[in-house]
Amino acid sequence: MLACLVLLVPCVLAESAKNACVDCHAKLEGRLKIVVDETAAGVHGHKGMSCTTCHGGNAEDEARAKAPGSGFRGHIARSQVTELCGSCHADGSRMKTFNPSLRTDQLSLYHTSVHGMKRAQGDEHVAVCTDCHGVHDVLPASDTRSPVHPLNVANTCQRCHSDSELMKTYKLASAQFKDYSESVHHEAMAARGDLSAPTCSTCHGSHGAIPPGAGSVANVCATCHVLQAQFFNESVHKEAFPEGCATCHGSHKIKHPDDDFVGLAKGAACAECHSADDESGRTAQAIHDHLRRLEGQVADAAQLLDRATRAGMDVADAELQLAQAKESLTKARVRVHTASLARVDAELDAGITVAAKARSSAEEALHERTRRRKELIVPLTALLAVVVSLGAYIRELERNGRE
Amino acid sequence: MNAASRVQTWIDERLNLDEALSPLREKTVPVHRYSSWYFLGGLTLFLFLVQLFTGVLLLLYYHASAGEAFESVQNITNRVQFGWLIRSLHSWSANLMVFCAFAHMFSVALARAYRKPRELTWISGVILLFLVLGFGFSGYLLPWNTRAYFATKVGTEVAGQVPVVGRAIMIFMRGGEDVSGATLTRFFGLHVAVLPALAIGMLISHLLLVQKFGTSVPVSVEKEWDENPERRKEMRFFPNFFLRELIGWYIALAVLVVLAVFFPWELGTKADPFSPAPPGIKPEWYFLAQFQTLKLLPAHILHLDGELLGILGFGLGGALWLGLPFIEVFAGARRVRWVKIGILFVLIYLAGMSVVGYVAR
Repeated sequence: MLACLVLLVPCVLAESAKNACVDCHAKLEGRLKIVVDETAAGVHGHKGMSCTTCHGGNAEDEARAKAPGSGFRGHIARSQVTELCGSCHADGSRMKTFNPSLRTDQLSLYHTSVHGMKRAQGDEHVAVCTDCHGVHDVLPASDTRSPVHPLNVANTCQRCHSDSELMKTYKLASAQFKDYSESVHHEAMAARGDLSAPTCSTCHGSHGAIPPGAGSVANVCATCHVLQAQFFNESVHKEAFPEGCATCHGSHKIKHPDDDFVGLAKGAACAECHSADDESGRTAQAIHDHLRRLEGQVADAAQLLDRATRAGMDVADAELQLAQAKESLTKARVRVHTASLARVDAELDAGITVAAKARSSAEEALHERTRRRKELIVPLTALLAVVVSLGAYIRELERNGRE
Repeated sequence: MNAASRVQTWIDERLNLDEALSPLREKTVPVHRYSSWYFLGGLTLFLFLVQLFTGVLLLLYYHASAGEAFESVQNITNRVQFGWLIRSLHSWSANLMVFCAFAHMFSVALARAYRKPRELTWISGVILLFLVLGFGFSGYLLPWNTRAYFATKVGTEVAGQVPVVGRAIMIFMRGGEDVSGATLTRFFGLHVAVLPALAIGMLISHLLLVQKFGTSVPVSVEKEWDENPERRKEMRFFPNFFLRELIGWYIALAVLVVLAVFFPWELGTKADPFSPAPPGIKPEWYFLAQFQTLKLLPAHILHLDGELLGILGFGLGGALWLGLPFIEVFAGARRVRWVKIGILFVLIYLAGMSVVGYVAR
């Protein structure tokens, strides 16, 4: 009897937790058909919220589901979405009951965004909360399944921003996602899974999304590329290029710049404005040539070190020197933003010195290997002589023994 | 009388060495078609002596702490005069010693040289092999490189699977919950003090037993000799066999030097306990068969943990191997053939599984 009671308890509890909204909507057709409580799987469900939190009504009693006084709202229009979400998410005292570190400025930021401003003007097509976060099954942004997880943000934004017909109405381009997909930033995010790589919201903001103006592009890039921005601001290009970084690197389709990006060769950014006829053009070409020289020396030393390592020689110190040379090359590439040959060379010279040391260490290791192999002949000859002598001695000993 | 003879006489008058060494002079070694297998024991002994000599030299510069071990081995390899050679000789001779010890053991097993009265010789030999494996396991960690660190982690985890006492053994071996500087210190102590003391003691016992019972002759040869006594052939241990043994030692030394010069032992990168384990981490070749077996075992066998059963199986196998002379007696004369097949199976299994483990990704 007791066992039956114990078994019955969960059944009774399950019955009491039934959702009358789902029971009814499961029988409906079309957009209104809902067979499972989608909220339950999301962050709201986990915090104890259900259909009635947003839609009002009574979920426990089917007969009184839409009864007057139950606060039943039914369908929520797009125009009501942001304010409805904000009624909780902008309420600091309510939000901190769930998590004290949660931000509550999303709604106010939204009002400052292009989306929010257009919405305020009555535009029904701009994004509201549910367009990006989902409707019933809202997941935390840290969940990889969430449309606003860093890995998914670009895909979420492109649902509208790649719609050329829709974008035409706002006189906006629609190739940003395609361009971004070919960029070094997308490669870092999608191919290497680097969540710190920039996606749409990193540069444009999320709730307060706004296109950065020409003067602020450099500031956006500088949040990550601090030194590049600092060197650029010290250079003659600062005044010449109000668009800053985007002048040479573009905005969405930012490719991984190699040393050919500098100089006067075809495709080089410098060649867009300079030629071999002007002093700056020749400086750009010299920077390119000097970078290439160190790169060649690093590759040369690396190849020798690899040979020495494969020969079993320990070249840990030389590998450290090579790492320093590579670091100097990286630093020199950053200094390209100063547009000053002297400043680039200052870093390259340090790299050339250590690369030469690494090469010399590798050569020494290979010489040492050859020396060891050559000198091996001495102990081997001695050992062979001992073995032969012992053999002869044994033969002599046994011959005498037999006699 | 020259100076050397005078010194010898002086010592003999006091210690009577002549009488003490007389059993060695009388010792003989049987000569037959399998005689070359007798050299394996001596070769293992030579490699052990190389280990002792090079190990003591390495001790002069090695620092047994997680912060300094790798750098001290780097220093030995790169800066100490002939340090690279000593380190490579130590590593190569360790591996050759394990190989020779296994070869010696299987040659003894297949020749059934463990038969009465040599049971204790067999037991002391198998214990010596276990000690040699202990040397390998404890010495592997000492350079404190990535491979050694993670292989030790896996190895001590396996020990932790032993029922009831496993966790206590694992924590004792590691000196804590994880492989750390404390593990290195323990392994160092084990490698340079505990194991050498045990191994030297056991080696002396083994050699005394060999001396007492003489060299065993394979059953088939013994039968032939019984039927044709004129075919019985022996040679004196001193100097005839010993000089031949010496030739083997010199050749082994030459092989060791060639290996050390042409294939210097790799040091790798310093262990970083916070980095993830590199893919395809494997133990040394002499533990590969056991490692691969545990990998291939299903998670559950008859509702029991597969890995646990594997470990228990190895424990039981080791105990049976140690008691091989008694198993043969227990099996009786008619089932001796099955014991021999069992020995062959163990040999093929260990060799085959090692190859599978080596090529497996």
